Amino acid sequence: MSTTTIPAGTKWWSGGKSPFNASYGKVMMWYFLMSDAFTFGAFLISYGTIRFSVNHWADPNQVFNAFPFAGHANLPLAFVSLMTFILIFSSVTMVLAVHEGHKMNRKGVEKYMILTIIGGIGFLSCQAWEWTHMITGDHKVLVDGVIEEWGTTVTKNPWGPAVPVETLTQMGLSASEHINTPGPIAFGGYFFGITGFHGFHVFSGVIINIIMYIKTKLGHFDQRGHYEMIEKAGLYWHFVDLVWVFVFLCFYLV
Amino acid sequence: MSAHTSSPEVTFQPEHSGGTKKIWKIFWVLSALTIIELALGYFLYAKSESLGYPAIISTKIVIGLLTLAKAYYIVSVFMHLGDEVRNLIMTIVVPLILFVWFIIAFLADGESWKNLRNTNAGSKPDATKQVAPAAVNHGDKK
Repeated sequence: MSTTTIPAGTKWWSGGKSPFNASYGKVMMWYFLMSDAFTFGAFLISYGTIRFSVNHWADPNQVFNAFPFAGHANLPLAFVSLMTFILIFSSVTMVLAVHEGHKMNRKGVEKYMILTIIGGIGFLSCQAWEWTHMITGDHKVLVDGVIEEWGTTVTKNPWGPAVPVETLTQMGLSASEHINTPGPIAFGGYFFGITGFHGFHVFSGVIINIIMYIKTKLGHFDQRGHYEMIEKAGLYWHFVDLVWVFVFLCFYLV
Repeated sequence: MSAHTSSPEVTFQPEHSGGTKKIWKIFWVLSALTIIELALGYFLYAKSESLGYPAIISTKIVIGLLTLAKAYYIVSVFMHLGDEVRNLIMTIVVPLILFVWFIIAFLADGESWKNLRNTNAGSKPDATKQVAPAAVNHGDKK
């Protein structure tokens, strides 16, 4: 994998140099990210366990089919694709910023950090819209013979199995009416918990990137002689993108 | 590329070759993988009525494998883990292999809870598996 040839006879373990050929900060960032991967992994596996343990789970194509300003149009996967591409693109601008940092090009780093920050804020805005839409949505749910209108929250899940047509006609309703029964309560908790924890990572990533931008602008890294801080912030930012790849898989695609 | 050593313990700088061309190439790879995933996801949605369980589960497994490919490209190219020395790569990647077992064990556990609940711990037939044998099970003493 490593294309760089290691000088022959290098005594890696005799002190004074890193056996991993990386600075302390970078190695520790990697270990932090590894532990964070276990945290997210535990959340997602717990979600999977509960999902496998119930007979019916919310259909993501039914739950996530809205798009801003599109009214009640049925657009499954559309909005979450937009969010995914925003995050992939901000990951690209971040790696370009790191690249400019290697070349000690301050203007380039500034430009790409700004684009990365914009991407992060764009993603957070999308998530804010999505959460608002889900919490304030009103979906007809049959609860103890009474039709109620529910949004998706940590205590209410309007995405259970559909009410059978016979029951609808017995109640004197049209057979084409879309009424569900309450679904497993865990859905909202897992959705808001995991996307919220990820969103908080994006939020802190944006804050870190803003700090890095300011430090670049003030010339701190030029004085220091290297842009390694941009690299470390970049590692965190790419990790956020990496986690989203799996959240996207577990909540929206399958 | 970088002529500056970031800290004294670093023996040599990994070469950041390939310039921005490789970055953009990976961007297109990631976009293409995402579009394929979305197409498969849309296929599952559009054909949800007619697909059988094996077709659905295998499509979902393919989507999962594409996700792993995306993760590999992000980590090895964007995070430059592929440019690090092998020791570092191994200390990060090897612990993550635990996930293979976590996923198998916990999903199987979830499935088991479902079966136990549906059959009242094996004391009654599973009403959710109401294919044809529902009528046959009636005659059973169990």
